Amino acid sequence: MIGVLRARLRSNGCESGHEACNEMSMTAPSTHSAPPALELRAIDKRFGAVHANRAISLAVAKGSIHGLIGENGAGKSTLMNIIYGFHQADAGEILVNGRAVAIDSPQAAIAAGIGMVHQHFMLVENFTVLENVVLGIEGGRLLAQGLAAARTELERLARDYGLDVPLETVVSELPVGLQQRVEILKALYRRAEILILDEPTAVLTPQEADQLFRLLARLREQGKSVILVTHKLREIMAVTDRVTVMRQGAVVAAVPTRETSLRDLAERMVGRAVLLQVAKGPARPGAPLLTVQDLEVRDDRGVPRVKGVNFELHAGEIVGIAGVAGNGQSELLEACAGIRSPSRGEIRLQDRDLVREGLDPCARRRLGLAHVPEDRLHMGLVTSFAAQANAILGYHDRPAYNRGVATNRAAILAGCEEKMAAYDVRPPNPRLRISAFSGGNQQKLVLAREIGADPSVLLIGQPTRGVDIGAIEFIHKKLVALRDAGKALLIVSVELEEILGLADRILVINGGEIIGEVAPADATEQKLGLMMAGVRGEGGA
Amino acid sequence: METYTLIVLLLAATLRVAAPLLLAALAGMFSERSGIIDLGLEGKMLGASFAAAAVSAVTGSAWLGLGAGIVTAVALALIIGFACITHRGNQVVAGMAVTIMVAGLAPTLGLAWFNLGGQTPQLDGPGQRFTAISWPWAQAAREAPFPGLLYAELLSGHNLIVYFTLILVPLSAWVLYRTRFGLRLRAVGENPLAVDTAGISVNALRYQAVIISGVLCGVAGTYLSTAASSGFVRDMTAGKGYLALAALIFGKWRPWPTLGACLLFAFTDALAVRLQGVTLPGVGVIPVQFILALPYVLTVLLLAGFVGKAVAPKAIGVPYSKEK
Repeated sequence: MIGVLRARLRSNGCESGHEACNEMSMTAPSTHSAPPALELRAIDKRFGAVHANRAISLAVAKGSIHGLIGENGAGKSTLMNIIYGFHQADAGEILVNGRAVAIDSPQAAIAAGIGMVHQHFMLVENFTVLENVVLGIEGGRLLAQGLAAARTELERLARDYGLDVPLETVVSELPVGLQQRVEILKALYRRAEILILDEPTAVLTPQEADQLFRLLARLREQGKSVILVTHKLREIMAVTDRVTVMRQGAVVAAVPTRETSLRDLAERMVGRAVLLQVAKGPARPGAPLLTVQDLEVRDDRGVPRVKGVNFELHAGEIVGIAGVAGNGQSELLEACAGIRSPSRGEIRLQDRDLVREGLDPCARRRLGLAHVPEDRLHMGLVTSFAAQANAILGYHDRPAYNRGVATNRAAILAGCEEKMAAYDVRPPNPRLRISAFSGGNQQKLVLAREIGADPSVLLIGQPTRGVDIGAIEFIHKKLVALRDAGKALLIVSVELEEILGLADRILVINGGEIIGEVAPADATEQKLGLMMAGVRGEGGA
Repeated sequence: METYTLIVLLLAATLRVAAPLLLAALAGMFSERSGIIDLGLEGKMLGASFAAAAVSAVTGSAWLGLGAGIVTAVALALIIGFACITHRGNQVVAGMAVTIMVAGLAPTLGLAWFNLGGQTPQLDGPGQRFTAISWPWAQAAREAPFPGLLYAELLSGHNLIVYFTLILVPLSAWVLYRTRFGLRLRAVGENPLAVDTAGISVNALRYQAVIISGVLCGVAGTYLSTAASSGFVRDMTAGKGYLALAALIFGKWRPWPTLGACLLFAFTDALAVRLQGVTLPGVGVIPVQFILALPYVLTVLLLAGFVGKAVAPKAIGVPYSKEK
């Protein structure tokens, strides 16, 4: 605790001849009776040639929830990292409660009362909750008495905010929703007055997200200020008081939430009108193309992750698999694609038995079963390769790309250029390393590759993860067009909205079992959420 | 009675062989728990054994030798730290580079200074070595085989460094699991980003860990040249640094299991010495080469199959950078 106090004194005191400090002491106490809890003035930041933040100004009122939205690469994360002391701004100042603070490290941010819940949790997975919370403010050289004091304090916090977390449990054994609470608890334990949450609902079920929002409302009542960084417009509309929209490193709008709308925000974010709903006609399902029967798949440790799953995928339909991440949908997809061998059951593509024949992903692709893997960067692309090399991965043995034992470089280049044009991949440079493209453009290239091979069945994991709104619209249109061309699509996504918008049938997976089938027309997020949590719906598959 | 004496002597020898191994393994534990692969163990030990023998030979004081050994090993550790922590270099390369450098540098300096073919002068003066300490009444106790011999050979009759090493195991466990430093050390090897966001300097923690590793390697090296033998000879560590690393992995980066692993390796080593010249029925005299290879064969077998899953600190080998 002493360490924290010392740091607080240091960060509030003016550092040697800093101009902002002089200015601060003159302006701070005047005019407004209640200065904003957090104010940014003309924050500017460059990374080499990239101008990540352009003169960003923003004010978060005390006791409010402030939304910050923008597409990927709009500069939200950079801005939050500046507030949290991970990066330093090139210019501009940060004021907390009207006083300028120099935030040059996370420690200074903590001392200024700023807490952050990162999208990827900053937890030590093999530590207990208690150890994670005290890390950095252990209260003395020896752990014993510090931990005891912390336990008492945490029990009090848990009571005050309804944040029940088992303190002695190892973090890796907790579900994601609880891990997030540990992060919030960490911030509150450090006496955070301003809480930044970066994409907090990306990993939560709708119910968990609701719980989170109730918690945020409770924090607001207690006078804490919250900054909610997200790209989910509905959440912004539902819980925030004000919203700031960023595009290309600059603030393009800052409005009270009740004076704006979903459509308005989306347009400001993208800079043009966007279609939020997927436009599609009714499906005309044909013959079954992919049949999965009594499929059991085990993970690397031998634990069954898919337990006796049956379904049929017909030509001309999109089937969505809804489920909380980690309920077997990844293993199901991998088994269908041929990456993981099932321990039981069969997978048939028309008249071919893929499991019995032991066909590998390459062979399956030749039969017309294409796969867009969930994890684009690890499984879908070789990040250090150029775009043109990535555009033929898995199809590199096709005669078109080869001339004798050598590759046909001209054909590969031309093929990639063609795909880039058709899928609007930007920049359209086949020689550029794939890691230099944005997530949306990477995904468009993967889709171009898989769809370009003219498959009859397309398996897609997370079609739009990490993809911005403009590209999402494009990808959804392509998928619907593919369906209308009589192909069968199986989609696994953690985005319920996406499943609801795209799928003609929704299978809900929980604990490795398909526990129900829902038609999107009579499905709501609430209903699906309950089923995803294991409450069986009508008409089990 | 014969076998009993043999076993007691074998165990005593095990302790003496285990000491430098254990010191190096614990050194590696501190470094690797912080996320820095410690392939420089061998080099740091070798450097320290040379420095200790050289200083002891010149000044006549084993304690000054120990000081020189520690300073040398810490300096080498800081080179690795500078390369891997400050400049985010490849840890395997840095560790190997230091080891290779020392393997060449020590005999070269030895040749230049002492002109003895790369060795240091024999340490035979009083106080130039760490010698065995006889506990009270050890001589008398020897007369009564049990528990007298056990007392005289196993408890008494080791040098200071062996005792220090044995105390170091519970001490390391205490530091690792009961202190703030230990908590942070374990955290930084698992998720340095979490440590950074908690407002703790990742680099400072890793430097501390690397320095501790240097100190312990310094003691280990000093032991080799001024306690286990009397003077430095070329390549006298003979792979002990790597064996210590194996013991550390076998012990799953935890102090007590690592002690067990070191004792096991040392026991096979001590056994190998005893087995030389022994005839087995149907086999005849066991070739010396085979016996000497035994500890290493055991190491490979253990690491390949019997350890189970050794889960390394998650962030090990990954240079820390918040930019990613």
